[in-house]
Amino acid sequence: MWAMAMKEFRQMRRDRRTLAMMILLPVVLLIVFGYAASFDVDRVRTVVVGPRAEQVAAALPGRLDVVRVAPGEGRQAAVEALRDADAAVAVVTGDAGQPQVLVDGADLFSARAVVTELRGRPGLPTPEVLFNPGLETSAIMVPGLMGVVLVFVGTIATALGVVRERQSGTLEQLAVMPFRARDVLAGKLLPYLGVAVVDLAVIVAVGVLLFDVPFNGSPLVFALGAVEFLFVTVGIGVLISTVSETQGQAIQLAIMTMLPQILLSGLIFPLQAMAPAVRWIGYLLPLTWFVQLARGVMVRGAPLEAVLLPLGMLAVLGAVVFGLSIARFRRDLAPAGRHRDADPDAADQAEEAPSRAGAR
Amino acid sequence: MSRSHDGWGCRGLGVRYGATVALEDVTFEARAGAVAAVVGGDGAGKTSLLRALAGTVRPAAGTVRRPAARRLGYVSAGPGVWTDLTVDENLSFAGRAYGLTADELDRRVGWLLERTGLAQARDRLAGRLSGGMRQKLALAMAVAHEPDLLILDEPTTGVDPVSRAELWRLLASSAADGAAVVVATTYLDEAERAATVLLLDRGRTLLAGTPDEVLAATPGLVVEGAARPEGIPSWRRGARWRAWSPDGSAPPGTSPVTLDLEDAAIVAQLREDPGRAA
Repeated sequence: MWAMAMKEFRQMRRDRRTLAMMILLPVVLLIVFGYAASFDVDRVRTVVVGPRAEQVAAALPGRLDVVRVAPGEGRQAAVEALRDADAAVAVVTGDAGQPQVLVDGADLFSARAVVTELRGRPGLPTPEVLFNPGLETSAIMVPGLMGVVLVFVGTIATALGVVRERQSGTLEQLAVMPFRARDVLAGKLLPYLGVAVVDLAVIVAVGVLLFDVPFNGSPLVFALGAVEFLFVTVGIGVLISTVSETQGQAIQLAIMTMLPQILLSGLIFPLQAMAPAVRWIGYLLPLTWFVQLARGVMVRGAPLEAVLLPLGMLAVLGAVVFGLSIARFRRDLAPAGRHRDADPDAADQAEEAPSRAGAR
Repeated sequence: MSRSHDGWGCRGLGVRYGATVALEDVTFEARAGAVAAVVGGDGAGKTSLLRALAGTVRPAAGTVRRPAARRLGYVSAGPGVWTDLTVDENLSFAGRAYGLTADELDRRVGWLLERTGLAQARDRLAGRLSGGMRQKLALAMAVAHEPDLLILDEPTTGVDPVSRAELWRLLASSAADGAAVVVATTYLDEAERAATVLLLDRGRTLLAGTPDEVLAATPGLVVEGAARPEGIPSWRRGARWRAWSPDGSAPPGTSPVTLDLEDAAIVAQLREDPGRAA
């Protein structure tokens, strides 16, 4: 038994990545998620419009964090503010009488907090919940879970597909074939992207038909965001594959990138309930922006101009992640720097100049 | 397809992996229409030389001369085939990768399947082939486009003797068709079939030339006896002992033998490092 334990211990010691995951990761996760795991929304972004906006804004409960007071605007502007996710609550005042309180049902935890607070106080107006009137959890979770499914397909399947070539020794074979690195990568990724797109269509259909998730916005805008998001997730998969020798390592790394995305993206815990430092980690994660985009387009019916920020962030993340993954993949595929960037037909011979740098 | 060049190889080649020197000042030529064998033990530098020739390793020193990617064929030390594709699919992929037209592909695939004896297994997954069949498939994939330079990294290691003979017949036929063939092997009886031999040891050239030149360059005398000779370097060969007598004298109980490449390689290593006697 001791011999077995010693053998296992020695192997574990040499597998530093697993060891780090076993020792450091739980500590890091506990600290980060400890600051993230909260459903309590203390401050709710609020706009107040209408003739008595100034007066009403001053009298609102402390939880309602007034970010804009616009006496010249009316209900239409208030609805647009909620639709565009500028605020979670909009108070519409008139010349006299009770103001209307509109609540964004897509911002589930904020909406629940506000509805509970206002309904419990006599004399305050009854809130009107827009976009998700029943405050259904599924209407909010399903669009975000679509992102999680795409992360699974995009990141894990891609990483495994590329690592399988390395582990089986065929990546070296590809390196000698007359392909450019970008051709190998594009050819390798195209089937995964295709499957992911089919997956996306299926899960949207299931979400809408089975879970009654509303689809109020433009399918084109949603598709644009989903494709951007797919590029990021597939890029992360390629990046993982370039630093993994085995499929086991690739899965470990993929899980390490997925867990923070699931917990810090606002999918489960509201971003505004997280400590600021943890929230900023969330802003660096692609799922955060996909969740905002999917909820915005599907539930609130947000138009293109209202989701420019998530689209822009996904584009930036895609460019960074994909750029890095292509650079690393090219290095893996062509350490000798031949054939990869030049036309494979053009070079009739390759007289290698000596290099001062050693091989990898 | 026409073959456009007849001299590939390297001059003064050095390869390093970090601080480890894998190859140092190696010069090697592969001529069109001939098989060149690269031999040596584990860690001798065979794979590094072949990878540098193929372009998957960046030389630290020296020059490498190789054809364009489309005119190069390579069988790595790994499986060299996609185990979850069928024999047919592997060959089609290789042919398309090297730019064969549909007609050329049909013609070459049919010919290669017949030549390698894989026609009956064309629909079988490569992962379900025997070791010898898999190596034949890898070789067929590497020659599908009739390359100018064919590089094979230990294609016969772990393969049964019959399949080894068939593989050598195939690569000799590629050479006969005009390709320059470079094959790394640990089997010195195979190397004797090559036109030229390069013996590597710890990244440096120990012997180079035709098999006859290599044998002729071996000094002293190799003798054989039933018992281990005293006082001179010796090694087991089958049930008997062989020994190298640097001064050319045969110790008592031994008799001179006709030198072969295996003896020449051992003598070269003994001269380099006398402490290596078996």
